Amino acid sequence: MDALMLSRLQFAAATFFHFLFVPLTLGLSILIAIMETLYVRRGDEEYLRLAKFWGRIFLINFAVGVVTGLTLEFQFGTNWARYSKYVGDVFGSLLAIEATLAFFLESTFLAVWALGWRRLSAKQHAACIWLVALASNLSALWILIANAWMQHPVGYVLREGRAEMGDFLAIVSQPFAWQIFFHTISGAYILAGFVVMGVSAWHLLRRQHLSLFSKSFRLGLALALIFSLAEVVQGHIHGAEVAKIQPAKLAAMESLWETQANAPQTLFAIPDEKNERNRVEIGRIPGALSMLAYHSPKAVVKGLKDFAKEDRPPVTLTFVAFRVMVGLGFLFVGLTLWGWWKRKKLVESPGYLKVMLYALPLPYIALQAGWVVTEVGRQPWIVYGLMRTREAVSPIAVSQVALSLTAFVVVYGLLGLGAFYLMVQYAKKGPAAAPAGAGEEAG
Amino acid sequence: MDLPTIWFILWGVLWAVYFMLDGFDLGAGSLLSVLGKSEAERRMIYRTMEPLWDGNEVWLVTAGGVTFAAFPTTYAVMFSGLYSALMFILFALILRGVSFAFRGAVDDRRWRGLWDFCLMGGSFLPALLFGVAFANIFKGLPLDEHGVYQGSLFTLLNPYGLSGGLMFLLLFLVHGALWLAVKTTGSLRERALEMAKRLWAVLLVAAVIFLLASRRVTNLYDNYLAHPILFAIPLITVAALIAMRVWMAKGEGWQAWFASATTIVSATLFGVVGLYPNLLPSSLDPAWSLTIYNSASSPLTLKIMLGVALTFVPLVIAYQTWVHFLFKGRVKEADLGYEESY
Ligand code: HDD
Ligand code: HEM
Ligand code: HEM
Repeated sequence: MDALMLSRLQFAAATFFHFLFVPLTLGLSILIAIMETLYVRRGDEEYLRLAKFWGRIFLINFAVGVVTGLTLEFQFGTNWARYSKYVGDVFGSLLAIEATLAFFLESTFLAVWALGWRRLSAKQHAACIWLVALASNLSALWILIANAWMQHPVGYVLREGRAEMGDFLAIVSQPFAWQIFFHTISGAYILAGFVVMGVSAWHLLRRQHLSLFSKSFRLGLALALIFSLAEVVQGHIHGAEVAKIQPAKLAAMESLWETQANAPQTLFAIPDEKNERNRVEIGRIPGALSMLAYHSPKAVVKGLKDFAKEDRPPVTLTFVAFRVMVGLGFLFVGLTLWGWWKRKKLVESPGYLKVMLYALPLPYIALQAGWVVTEVGRQPWIVYGLMRTREAVSPIAVSQVALSLTAFVVVYGLLGLGAFYLMVQYAKKGPAAAPAGAGEEAG
Repeated sequence: MDLPTIWFILWGVLWAVYFMLDGFDLGAGSLLSVLGKSEAERRMIYRTMEPLWDGNEVWLVTAGGVTFAAFPTTYAVMFSGLYSALMFILFALILRGVSFAFRGAVDDRRWRGLWDFCLMGGSFLPALLFGVAFANIFKGLPLDEHGVYQGSLFTLLNPYGLSGGLMFLLLFLVHGALWLAVKTTGSLRERALEMAKRLWAVLLVAAVIFLLASRRVTNLYDNYLAHPILFAIPLITVAALIAMRVWMAKGEGWQAWFASATTIVSATLFGVVGLYPNLLPSSLDPAWSLTIYNSASSPLTLKIMLGVALTFVPLVIAYQTWVHFLFKGRVKEADLGYEESY
C-alpha cells in the first residue's frame, strides 16, 4: 500500500460516511419545514408534534453531517495537494462560495430553530427551518458544481501548469452539473421520504399515535413518490449525458467490451476484466443501450477494448453499482405507487407497512451505489481527461496516511454507531405529549 | 493595492475573526469541568455556546476555503505539510462538535462524562495546535524547492512553536472564561471572572516571551521596522491586553470581553502583517518561500471571489449579530431544562 492507495481509501471512507448523513439533512429539512408550516397555517397541533419529533432526529443527523464535512474540506489539501495546486483556481473558489453562501446560513439558523422556540413568533420560527432547508440544498448545489467540473471540466484555460478559471458562467451553468444536482437531491428526497415512512410504519404497526403517524407517512410518501418517478426519468437523461462526455464510464457501466451498433443492455453479467469479456451474461436486450445512450438502435457504442488499458475504469464495481442503483430506482417507483393506492387505509395494511419498514435502508444503498458509479467510473482520472488520480496525491509519508486512516475508521465507526443508536432511540420513543409551540410559554 | 494584497488582508482577517469567535467556545469548552462544578453549571456552560459554536466554526471552513480559492499552492503545501497536526485538530473538532448533540441525548452520568471529556479535549487541543501551527508559519517551515515539507510533527514542537501554542491557548482560555463571566449567573460567574484574572497574569508572561522570541526567531519585525506606522498593531494588542485587566478589576465583563476579542484579532494581525508578502516562508532558503505572488489564483478568480466576499460576508455578519442579540442576556439555571426537552 502506498500513500496513493491509502489516500484513496481514506477519501472514499470519509466521503461515504459524510454522505450517509447528508441526504437525510437535505430531504428531512424540507419535510420538517412543511410540517411546521402546516401547523402555522392550520393550527393543527399534531404537525407541531411531528416537527419536534423529527427535529430531534434531524439534529443528531445534522451534527454528524457537519463534523464529517469539516474533514472533507481539508482533505483536498492534506491528501490531494498536487490536485489542489492544479485546480484550486477553479475548484477552490466553488468550495469557498459554498461556505460563504450556504454553510453560514445553514448552521446559524438551525441553531436558532433548535433553541429559539420561545424567542421567536411561530412564523419566524418556521422561516428558520425553511432557511436551513434552502441553505443545505444550496450547499449541495455548489459542491456538486465542483464535482461536476471534475467529471466534465469546462470553462478553464491551461496556464502556468495549472487549470485557471476561464469562464465562471460556463462552469456554473453547465448542464451536467445541473443533472448531477437534480439527480442527487432527488435521491436525497427519496431517502428522506423512505426514512419518514419507515419510522412511521413502525409506530403504525404497533398501533400507537395512529393519526399522527398516518399524516407523517403520507407526507413522506408524497415526497418519495414524486421524486422516485422523477429520478427514473431524469436518470435516463443523465445516462445519455454520460455517454456523450465520458464514454469509457458508460462502457464500464454496461460492461460492454466490443464497439458495436445495436449495442445491447445486459440485465446481469459477471465481467472478466483480465480476459476482456463477460463470463456470464443473462438477459441481453439487443439495441437497448444504443437506444438509451443515443436514442437510436443503430447508434454505435464504443466498447472497453477500444480504450487504452490505462484509461479504463474498474469495470466490475461500476457495472454492479449501476445495476444496484437502477434496480432499486424501479423498486422505489413500485413501492411508492403501491403506497399511493394504500394511502387512505394505511392502518389496515400491515403487510405494506412491514415492507416499508424493511425498505428503509434501501435508498441509502442506492445513493452510495450511485456515487460509486460516478466516482469509480471516472477513474483513472481525478479531473476527467486532465489529471490522473495518481498524479494528484500529496507528497506525504505512508505512515501518516496509514495512521489517519486507522483513526478515521475507529472514530467514524464509533460515531456512526452512536448516531445510529441515538436516532433509533428517538424514533422509537415517539413524539412528546402536546408541546408548546413557538412564541408560547412552556407548559 | 493589487489583488493578491487585498486577498492577503482578507485572508488574515478571516483567520483573525475565526480565532476571535471560536476562541471563546474553545476556551470555555476547555474550562468545562474546571469551572462547572455541578451538572447544572456544566449545562449552563454548554448552553452559553450552543446557539453559536457551529456558526463560529464555519469561519474556519471559510478561512480554509478562501486559502484554497485565493492561494491554492499555499493551501496545498500548508495542509499537506502540516498533515499530522491538522489531523489532530480535525479529530478534536469532530469530537467537540458531536458532544453538543450527543451529550444530552442519554440520561446517564457516564455518558455525559464521556462527552464532557470529548468537549474539553476537543477544545483544548485545537486551541494549542492552531498556535503551534501559526507560530511555525511565522518562523518558516522547512520547505524545499518543490514546496515539499521536509519535517515531521515533531519539527513543529520546537520551543518557539510551543510558546506560540501556549499563547494561543491562554488567549482562548481567558476569552472563554470572560465569555462565561458575562453569560452565566451565580457563583459560576464569579469563579469564571476569578479564573480569567488568574489566567491573565500567565497570558501576560507568555505574550512577552512570545514577542521577544519572535524578534530572535522570525523576520516578523522587518515590515514593522520598514514602516513604523505599522507598530500601531502591536500597540493595540498591548493596550487591549492591559485594558482587559483594568475592566476585569472593575467587574465590567463585556468591556473586558471585547478587549480580549481585540487582543486576539490584533495579535493575529500582528503576525500576518509581519509575514507579508510571504504566506509560508521557507526556513531552508528564502527563495523557496510561498508568497502571495507565486501562489495566488488568477486575477479573474480573485475578482469573482472578491465580489462574493463583499456581498455575502457583510450579510453573514448581520445575521450572526442578530443571533447574538436574540440570545442576549445571561443563561439562568431556570432556562436549562426547557428548550432541549422538546
Ligand atoms: C449533495 C450534497 C453534499 C455533498 C456531495 C457533500 N456535502 Fe458536505 N454537506 C452537505 C451537503 C453535501 C450538507 C447537507 O449541506 C451538510 C450535511 C449536514 C450538514 O450539516 O450540512 C454538509 C456539511 C458539510 C460541512 C460542514 C459545514 C458546517 O460546519 O456547517 C463541510 C465543511 C462540508 N460539508 C464539505 C464538503 C466537501 C468538501 C464535500 C466533497 C467532497 C462535501 N461536503 C460533499
Ligand atoms: C458524497 C458523495 C460522494 C461519494 C460517496 C464519493 C465517493 C468517492 C469514491 C468511492 C472515490 C474513490 C474512487 C476510486 O478511487 O476508485 C472518490 C474519489 C474522489 N472523489 Fe468522490 N465521492 C462523493 C462526492 C465527491 C464530491 C462532491 C467531490 C468534489 C467536490 C469528490 C471528489 C473526489 C476526489 C477528489 C476523488 C479522488 C480521490 C480518490 O480517487 O479516492 N467526491 N469519491
Ligand atoms: C432507475 C433509474 C436511474 C437511472 C437510469 C440512474 C442513472 C444514473 C447515472 C447514469 C449516473 C452516473 C452519472 C455520472 O457518472 O455522473 C447516476 C449517478 C447517481 N445516482 Fe442514479 N439513476 C437511477 C436511479 C437512482 C436512484 C433511485 C438513486 C438514489 C436514491 C440514485 C442516486 C444516484 C447518485 C447519488 C448518483 C451520483 C451522483 C450523480 O452523478 O448524479 N440514482 N445515476
